[in-house]
Amino acid sequence: MNKLWLIIQREYLTRVKKRSFILATILTPVAIGLFMVVLLFILSYESDDKKRIAILDKENILKSISDENNLIFKFEEASLEELKKTYTEKNYDAIMVIPPMKNLQDTRLTVFYYSDNQLGLDMRFAIEKKLQKSIRKYKIAALNLDAKELESLDTKVSINPEPIDDSKADVSPMAAGVGAAIGGIMGFIMYMAVFIYGTMVMRSVMEEKTSRIVEVMISSVKPFQLLMGKIIGVGGVGLTQLIIWAILIPIINIVVQGLFGFDLENSAEMSSAASQIDPDDMQAMVAQIMVEIKALNWWTILPLFLFYFLGGYFLYASMFAAVGSAIGDDLGEGQSLTIPITIPVALAVYIMIVVVKAPQSSLATWSSIFPLFSPIVMPSRLAFSPPLWEVIVSMIVLIATSLFFVWLSARIYRIGILMYGKKASFKEIGKWLFYKG
Amino acid sequence: MNILSLKNVVKTYQDHIAVNDISFDMPEGCIFGLLGPNGAGKSSMIRIITTITHADSGSVFFNGEALNSSHPSQIGYMPEERGLYKTMEVGDHLMYLAQLKGLSKKDAKQAIDHWLEKFGIQDWWNKKVEELSKGMQQKIQFISTVIHKPKLLILDEPFSGLDPINANLIRDEIYEMKRQGISIIFSTHRMEQVEEICEHIVLINKGKNVLQGTVKDIKDQYKENKFEFKYEGTLPADFNDHGNVVKESPGSVIIQLKENESSNDFLNYLLRNNVRIQSFNEILPTLNEIFIRKVGAVNLAQT
Repeated sequence: MNKLWLIIQREYLTRVKKRSFILATILTPVAIGLFMVVLLFILSYESDDKKRIAILDKENILKSISDENNLIFKFEEASLEELKKTYTEKNYDAIMVIPPMKNLQDTRLTVFYYSDNQLGLDMRFAIEKKLQKSIRKYKIAALNLDAKELESLDTKVSINPEPIDDSKADVSPMAAGVGAAIGGIMGFIMYMAVFIYGTMVMRSVMEEKTSRIVEVMISSVKPFQLLMGKIIGVGGVGLTQLIIWAILIPIINIVVQGLFGFDLENSAEMSSAASQIDPDDMQAMVAQIMVEIKALNWWTILPLFLFYFLGGYFLYASMFAAVGSAIGDDLGEGQSLTIPITIPVALAVYIMIVVVKAPQSSLATWSSIFPLFSPIVMPSRLAFSPPLWEVIVSMIVLIATSLFFVWLSARIYRIGILMYGKKASFKEIGKWLFYKG
Repeated sequence: MNILSLKNVVKTYQDHIAVNDISFDMPEGCIFGLLGPNGAGKSSMIRIITTITHADSGSVFFNGEALNSSHPSQIGYMPEERGLYKTMEVGDHLMYLAQLKGLSKKDAKQAIDHWLEKFGIQDWWNKKVEELSKGMQQKIQFISTVIHKPKLLILDEPFSGLDPINANLIRDEIYEMKRQGISIIFSTHRMEQVEEICEHIVLINKGKNVLQGTVKDIKDQYKENKFEFKYEGTLPADFNDHGNVVKESPGSVIIQLKENESSNDFLNYLLRNNVRIQSFNEILPTLNEIFIRKVGAVNLAQT
């Protein structure tokens, strides 16, 4: 036990004390913060592209068109030919010709835009939208329609989920979306964690093997102790990093918002302006999302997340360790041995993407019990409060499988670390399982 | 008292027998040569002794007790394939290995200070292993092997990759250890190293015990009645009736005497014939020659 503790300590401390670890741990949240700032700047960027446009509109279709801060429309009576000669003097950027509307039933209209400069995509959409609006008004007037009646044709429908059992808490319409987002984030963190820390274990096993320290080590400790010490030590590193990030990222988030005067609601408003969603609606939605996030049962979700993190980590890290021990001195050559690990992880991620959209499907149920998928799929479902029995079965299966894999990997590991030279084939690895000590 | 006894030890891997019924006793406090070409089973045997693997059958006794998990802490093992954690600092590294061998923090620190001082490298404590040269790393490796004052020291090819200065340093340390009563197994395929260092040897080939005993006994056993003498004057014409001339050069002859002829008789014969003898000595076979005679040249060619 004492030796195991020494090994854990070394594996943990040598990594945590490394400059690269400290940098990665601190800089990642900073980088995320910076990324947010840049992203918000880009999203809130308003074009300083101004256009004065001369409109030739013989039939007065565009009567109601109005200026915008970067778009100024002027009606001209002169002919196109004349204007083409004088438009620079009159300080126009472009001339737009509106053809007569032959038939009010037409749903297509081609407008000609004469200019020396290319029409930017944003500008083009903005002008098109303006034209559409004015033409709509023109048509309503020309067809003698009632604008109010027309508006009443579009009905916004939303579904409000309610529990059948009155004693249960009301579920808000936002719950599914919020659950999916949180589930997706958790599933993704699990996926990253399994890969980052799993390969960390694998690399470390290989390093011990190629640097030949391993033979010195196992003349003092049992291979199993060395393996467990490594897995636990690196797992501790992973936890440390996650916890630091969990603390730093919100702090940096707040700092960024404070410093730059942005916040998510504001930027949501900005982007809503373009997408024509009422800013008030948007604000209400954001508030609703915050309520939803707070309403989640975090006291259950977080411990379970931690459990799946550890379970998944032990399961996959032990596999990575076994592979590391079987790889020869050449990493590239051994890459094929990691395929049996990467395939289930990749599958689990795809399943997770589907499952967050359909958290009650049978795919969700079975894949969150299957132990190779459950560490990634189950966390993604936690926000949807999956049935208790599923969680319990999934946990038991995961514990049992993790223990089994650790045992299995230890059997491969104890032989693999002493085999120098070429990487082993799957057949050989299979034989190692049955070697006597 | 034997520090180590192996009785009919067998170790089989999937497709070959690495150790095939090997038995030997190693007396306490001696330097014991474990000889054999590469692939003879030396490393497999060492791994059994260090409890890294277990024998399929047969038994191993350490200091009279059946080998068990308490023994590795009394053994210091320097493998042929040696290495250190590259990014660790020398002091931390030695502390780690010493503590894994069961030393307390305080004892470990003391022992490390002692050894670093002994090698004149106290200022290495905070150096990273990767900053050291190969020879320097070997010194650290050696310290880590002996730091816990083992009863039995196992050195697998200790001189491989060492420059003459460092090799001498380690050699002196080996003798020093022996003076302190530590038993040392010296495993190598380089016979000439064994001759100068070891008292006892066991020679294995293809997993089998070929030869064992003290170096002196073995040489006596395999001597061929060969003598070299240097002289002045002329040799009697019939001197080669006494044996087989192996090599003759002006003033010097190597002769293999007939079985019934003793060195004294031959020397007498030379003196009687007025040959002025400058030197006369027996040529003992080298271990290398004995080994080749025993297992055949083919085997060596493979190493």
